[in-house]
Amino acid sequence: MKLQRKNMLRASALGALVVSGALVLTACGSDDNTKGTDGSAKPSAAAAGDIKCDDAKGKLLASGSSAQKNAIELWIKNYMAACSGVEVNYKSSSSGEGIVAFNQGTVGFAGSDSALKPEQVEESKKICTGGQGIDLPMVGGPVALGFNVAGVEKLNLDAATIANIFNDKIKKWDDEAIKKLNPGVTLPSTAIQAFHRSDDSGTTENVTKYLKAAAPDAWPHEAAKKWAAPGGQAASGSAGVAAQVKQVDGAIGYFELSFASAQGIKTVDLNTGAAAPVKATGENASKAIAAAKISGTGSDLALKLDYTTKAEGAYPLVLVTYEVVCDKGNKAETLPTVKSFLNYAASDAGQKVLLDNGYAPIPAEINAKVREVINTLG
Amino acid sequence: MASTTPTQIDTAPPVAKSGRSTGRAGDKIFAGLSKGSGILLLVIMASIAAFLTYRATIALSKNEGNFLTTFDWNASANPPVFGIAVLLFGTVVSSIIAMAIAVPIAVGIALFISHYAPRKLAAPLAYVVDLLAAVPSIIYGIWGALFLVPQLNGLNLWLDEYLGWTYVFEKTQVGVARSLFTVGILLAIMILPIVTSVSREVFLQVPRMNEEAALALGATRWEVIRMSVLPFGRSGVISASMLGLGRALGETMAVATVLSPSFLISGHILNPGGGTFAQNIAAKFDEANEFGRDALIASGLVLFLLTLLVNGAARLIIARRKDFSGANA
Repeated sequence: MKLQRKNMLRASALGALVVSGALVLTACGSDDNTKGTDGSAKPSAAAAGDIKCDDAKGKLLASGSSAQKNAIELWIKNYMAACSGVEVNYKSSSSGEGIVAFNQGTVGFAGSDSALKPEQVEESKKICTGGQGIDLPMVGGPVALGFNVAGVEKLNLDAATIANIFNDKIKKWDDEAIKKLNPGVTLPSTAIQAFHRSDDSGTTENVTKYLKAAAPDAWPHEAAKKWAAPGGQAASGSAGVAAQVKQVDGAIGYFELSFASAQGIKTVDLNTGAAAPVKATGENASKAIAAAKISGTGSDLALKLDYTTKAEGAYPLVLVTYEVVCDKGNKAETLPTVKSFLNYAASDAGQKVLLDNGYAPIPAEINAKVREVINTLG
Repeated sequence: MASTTPTQIDTAPPVAKSGRSTGRAGDKIFAGLSKGSGILLLVIMASIAAFLTYRATIALSKNEGNFLTTFDWNASANPPVFGIAVLLFGTVVSSIIAMAIAVPIAVGIALFISHYAPRKLAAPLAYVVDLLAAVPSIIYGIWGALFLVPQLNGLNLWLDEYLGWTYVFEKTQVGVARSLFTVGILLAIMILPIVTSVSREVFLQVPRMNEEAALALGATRWEVIRMSVLPFGRSGVISASMLGLGRALGETMAVATVLSPSFLISGHILNPGGGTFAQNIAAKFDEANEFGRDALIASGLVLFLLTLLVNGAARLIIARRKDFSGANA
């Protein structure tokens, strides 16, 4: 017993040492952090000139799509640095959850990968007194096709070939169809391992919309959040798919461009029928979004993307995410903050943040309409 | 004198009374608390069951597919089509694989700790095994996806080549080892600590007399274990296994991270594909609409019933074996 007690004493002394050590370490850590924020406060202060706080005050809650999470977080960081006393909080969950929260009136605005459906608009009328929910395109982004084939640095594919790969029709990397699109590239006979999302996702919906529009013969499945094609392998989340592509020789998968840049994964150039195959970049995605038509009515700016565009340098495999707000009947206490925050997001400075972070800015013509609508919100 | 006696008598009873009354109050409070805890547990269980059943009936009334036989899960679509066949199959198969691997190893470890290992080794070893239980399941998932899966590719090819004739180990689809088989191995590692520690406790409780009697009859150590330890511990090992099985059936994040799910039933356990109840709920919940969530809750109800069934079966086995084992000797 005595021995044990001694040991326990020793153990607790050790424990205390570890804990105090950790405290010292965290103390150092927080010191560094404050230094860090002090340092980084300068650029955001410079950006503050573009941010008009107006009557913004208090706390603004928002929720929705995880695809625009990084963009919104950067905006929030800059915005809160410029407007003291305002707190914006974006809960990144999913488009579905964001719209449910919006229609329950618990958030000021929602982020969504797809425009509101008619029944969701109907439901929103209960929350937006005298108005209804509208879609404002805010964040664009290229969806990259990442590949990992030993010895292959550059790969061009067209929509039909991509559809056949994901539809389990093309099984080897040295298939004639792929060879034809890549003259001069030595392709190995490795089996193709195509990865899709195992969870329902707006990214899947955009990819299948693209395939359905650009290669209707090769892609017989309906475009949906749930992956519909047979065969292939699945992984959870964009991060999960990217991890598999990074790891598996012969793999191809789709995810937002930022995941490819973060992990150093090579991406497919799309052969759209333009003079040269188009690389997946933010600028090229913006060019494709410029070809979109506004399909919403009134102040609703839902976009109908043109997936078959052949414009030079336009990368058509894109995703546009919206902010969902009420056109009339926003809650009085959050309205000034919503307007001021969205104004910043749609401003030139706000849209420039996108380009630096793997997203695509909304083209000027559409963006001008977005700004108009924001100023009329009531 | 006459006055002191009464006072003595007077003072004595109050002490006794107050003693008795605190006893009664404490008794009552404690009885009330423990009864309350028992009732609370029942109320919680009943309300979970009621909630699941209520939401599940909403979903089932609108399902356009057959809930038991449809090989698809498209509950947020219009009209909704979903069925649990693939999930039930995947859940049961991955748990069976996990049990087949984990239980023999766990019994081995438990016997080693309780009967073979020198004392200096036994305690740290038991501690390390218990430590496995403290690893969060998402960590197991990430470890499984990034480390275990690539390591198992070789084993998969080997199994396919030499045991492919068994059908079960035939790999007919290209792909890395993100299969029910790999999930089974991962689950086995995850349930190892709970099965081991409960078995170990049971083996340590074998009466010294039984073991010494066997030794006195000239039994070797293995014979002692076979004749006195294992029969005594059998019901304990079964209930330990059922505890492990409960965890394997309900494991979510690790399975969702490692498995490459698909809505197909395949007896080829090395092929990527399949799915489990919990994994499907985790994968579909985020983007599901109100109705889609009800459908997922309906699948949760099936998992709830499956777990109840497994636990009930285990109790039956234990109750039947009790008479023959040394547990009540």
